[in-house]
This record gives sequence, structure tokens and C-alpha cells, in this order.
Amino acid sequence: MSTDIRILSPCGMLGYGFPEKSFRNGLEKDPHGIVVDAGSTDGGPHKLGAGVSIVSKRAVKKDLGLMLPAGLSRGIPVVIGSAGGSGARTHVEWTLEIIDELLAELELEAKIAVIWADFSQEDVRQASAEGRISPLSPNIPALTEEAIAATPRIVAQMGHEPIVEALRAGADIIVCGRAYDPSPFAAIGILHGKDPALCYHLGKILECGALCAEPGTTKDSILGTIGDGSFTVESLNPQRQCSETSVAAHTFYEKEHPYLLHGPGFMLDLEHCRFEEAETGVVKVSGSRLVPAETYTVKLEGARQTAYRTFVVAGIRDPILLGKLEEVEELVRAQAREYYRDVPETDYAIRFYNYGMNGVLGSQEPETFRGHEVGVLFEVVARTQELASSICATVRSTFLHYGYEGRKSTAGNLAFPFAPSDIEFGPVYEFSVYHLMESSPDAFTIEHRRGGAKR
Amino acid sequence: MTKLGDLAKVLRSKNSGPFEITLDVLFDSRESYERVKGSGSVTPRTVSEAYGISEERIRHFVFFDPALGFKVTMSREVSSGSTGDRDVYGAQQHAPLMRLEIDCDREV
Repeated sequence: MSTDIRILSPCGMLGYGFPEKSFRNGLEKDPHGIVVDAGSTDGGPHKLGAGVSIVSKRAVKKDLGLMLPAGLSRGIPVVIGSAGGSGARTHVEWTLEIIDELLAELELEAKIAVIWADFSQEDVRQASAEGRISPLSPNIPALTEEAIAATPRIVAQMGHEPIVEALRAGADIIVCGRAYDPSPFAAIGILHGKDPALCYHLGKILECGALCAEPGTTKDSILGTIGDGSFTVESLNPQRQCSETSVAAHTFYEKEHPYLLHGPGFMLDLEHCRFEEAETGVVKVSGSRLVPAETYTVKLEGARQTAYRTFVVAGIRDPILLGKLEEVEELVRAQAREYYRDVPETDYAIRFYNYGMNGVLGSQEPETFRGHEVGVLFEVVARTQELASSICATVRSTFLHYGYEGRKSTAGNLAFPFAPSDIEFGPVYEFSVYHLMESSPDAFTIEHRRGGAKR
Repeated sequence: MTKLGDLAKVLRSKNSGPFEITLDVLFDSRESYERVKGSGSVTPRTVSEAYGISEERIRHFVFFDPALGFKVTMSREVSSGSTGDRDVYGAQQHAPLMRLEIDCDREV
């Protein structure tokens, strides 16, 4: 005898917020678990590199303040994927502190399982030496000893396996380090014996909150129900609806392929899925296939610091200058370089972004410039903050006063919106590790602890 | 000739991981979808030309009938958020694709 398994996804990102009414509607459906994704690499390498979160503590506490009491009072697990955004130790600890604070304030206690996703430089070095590491795509360089040494924080995306284990151990709250986004959702269904293909496909949809509904948003709740041979998805807010196309189209989102998705230890093949409206606003999906990988690999992520940045924002309204802007910028760059001829050219870079002209697409911009005003952002990235700021100050003063040919506006070329004009940005990071590592699901360690009142 | 941006219901770009940009084009009717799919105007070559990039940078180019859409994934020249990147989320890289001319008169 088999039962349906229901999973409540409050929102697409912990700390993004969601209407409380939608969440309550979901609770009324008697879910078997509340699962929320907290992770993303979308915001670039800085979060992982600097060890900071993409959302505020206040917002995470607000969202968890609804989720934790709801889960604990109903005896259903609350699972957080990729805690703190990047899911490294520092991000997980940040999340645990918030949970501890909340439990104390609410006078609740809970069994907490923490699943760590950090891999030491030594682990990665050894895997590399054993030939177990390969780049994810051809434009990623092979992992070098030097890149590993420069990357203090390396995480891997976990599959469902350690999460299922933590659920079996009876954890009330599971805080996952970096996870493959659908894994925490898939774990609930797999725990209850459901088809992993359906569980992962549903997880892929739920991890974005109500983005698969119309109008789509990550800031609202969604419910998934896994049966035998199919699952359904439905919006929990009457203002949005799931349709066959909206759910089918969602698998496109942020993925490199519309129906082949690679996860830890498998590939999900959704080519022959059927999407049908079971009842109004409830979309039934079947035909998801999971193809186990020949070797079990996990995706590694790491970021290293590469430079420091100082930048300036300014406006240009002079029509003569706008007519030869890129040419003048090259002359300014050359003059600054000449002034700092004692500094090796590889120690710094000067870049101009001409918003209103081609700021977004750069040299790929197909439109020719028509306009009467441009916002210029220029930056200097350099080995040290002091060097970046020194050179940026020179670029700024050179640009401001540059006497280009034909100039009539001889008092100044730039309108600065702020004083001071030069902004010290701090360190800049890059993804230095984005590779597959042959590994095993056991590589993620689970730690059990008590949280809250009777700790 | 009609522009792809006028025929599509959704036309967007986004990172698919920090080293790739993926373009999604979705339609609200099977008719528009089939018209574009059968037009011969959307190919790895025409898309790479619209972006002024080599065809080798296009990693995936796939039509998916159940979703009434197609996807093009290209490798980034600069990874997300590294120095020199202009679009950390890759969310504004779709405009050149909107301009693509579709030959709608071609028999499907």
C-alpha cells in the first residue's frame, strides 16, 4: 500500500520571503516535509570566496521563524539546502547561529543534523593527483596545484544520500552544506520509497519556489506531491497557476540543456516526460528517467581572490566628447599607463564601461550609439588596494581634464554624482574550482546535535 | 521577416553555472513555435553571428517540443563575477537574439 508524499517549498531562496497565507495553505495539505533551498552561485564567486551570505540575517530569521515552528509542531522535517548561500562551513555556521537564536526565543528544542560539504585542499590535491578531477566544460582550465593552494574554501554539491540518512536518524532540522539544488527535496520522496527520477525532477521544480507557476516568482510557496509513476505540482496562492507549459518550460531555467540534467551520480532525462493538467492548476508529470552515471562524481566549487578594485561612476553629457568617447578613453588609459610606467603592466588593469552605449554587451553590442548622455563606470583592478586606488585616482583626474581634440568644454569632462568619486571596492574573486570529482556519497559527514531549550 | 523577439513569449538569458550563459526562447502557441523551428532562421550559425562569436562557443542548441521552446547555451569568455565580466547573473545577454530575423514565409 503506497501513499502520496507531499513536499512544501515555501520559497525559492531562504531569505527571499513568501506570503504567509500561501505557506499556511501548504501546511493544510499535510506535507511530509518543508524544504527550502538557500544556495546559488548566481551572484558570482564573492559569496563563497569571502564567506558571506547573499541574503541578510534578518530575512533568514524571518523566514525560518515561520518554517521551524510549523515543522516542529507537526513533527515533519525542515530541510535547508546549501545553507548560507554557498554552503561552506562558515555559511553553515552562520545559519546554525540563526537557528539557535530562534529556538531559544521560541523556547523550542530540536534534533539538528548538519551535513558538511567542505573538502580540504589536501583532499582535493589528492583527488587531483589520482586523476579523479576534470573541468566541467572546455572553457574551464584544468585544476592546478597553484589554483588549489589559492582556494581555501572548497565545497562539493551533495546528492540525496546523506540527507536521507539524516532523515532516517530522525532529525527535525537538517542543515545541508552545499547541495545539488534538487537533492534536499528529492531526499524526502526517496526516504519514503518513491522513484528517484520523479523525486529529482520534482526537486528541480520545487527548488525555485513558485517560479514554475504563472506569473512565476521565487518569492511564493509551491506544493509537490509524489505518487507512483507520476508527481503533481500546484501553486498555493490563488493569484498564480501552474499550467502544462509553465511546468514543462521550467526545466529550462538556469540549466545548460532543456531536458538532460546532470546531478551527483546520475543524469536526469526528461525528454519523454508527459505534462498534463490533472485538475485546474494541478499539473501531473510522468515519464522522468534517471540514468545512473558510470562513475559517481560530485561538482566542486571554490573561489579565490584575484585582485582589488577601485571604481568611479560619472556621467557625460557633452556631445563632442560622446562622439569620440571610446577613442578618448584609450588616450586616457595610455596616459595613465605612461605615468605608472614603473609598475609592471600585469599588476593592474584599467577598464571602462560606457552605460548607454555598450555597457552591458561591450564589443558584442550590435546597435550603433544614439543618445545624448552616457554613464561611465571605470575601474582599476590591481594586486593591492593601494595600487588600485592610486591608479584609479590618476585615471579619474586624467579623464576629468583630458584635452581631447575639438574640446570646447575646457573645465571638465565628467559629472560625478558623489563626492568622493573614487570607491574602494575591496577584494575581487573568481571561480577557481568548478570541476567534477570522482567521489562517493559517503564523503559528506553528518553531525547530530541538540538545538534549543534543553541543550 | 519578423523579429524573434516579437514571436516569443519569453526570451531570456541567465547563467547556467558561472562559465556558461544560457538563452531560453519560449512560445505561447504551438503554431509560433513550429513556425520558428521550421523557419531555418534559428541555427547555431545564425545565433553565433548575432553574438559575433565563433560557433564552437555554442555548447548546446536544442528544441524541446513539450515546452514549446528552444535553448542555446554558450560558453562565457569571462566567468561570472571575475574581473572584466559585465553581467554577473548573465541576465541581460538576450538582446542580440531578440533581433534575429525569422523567415516566416517558409513552408513548415
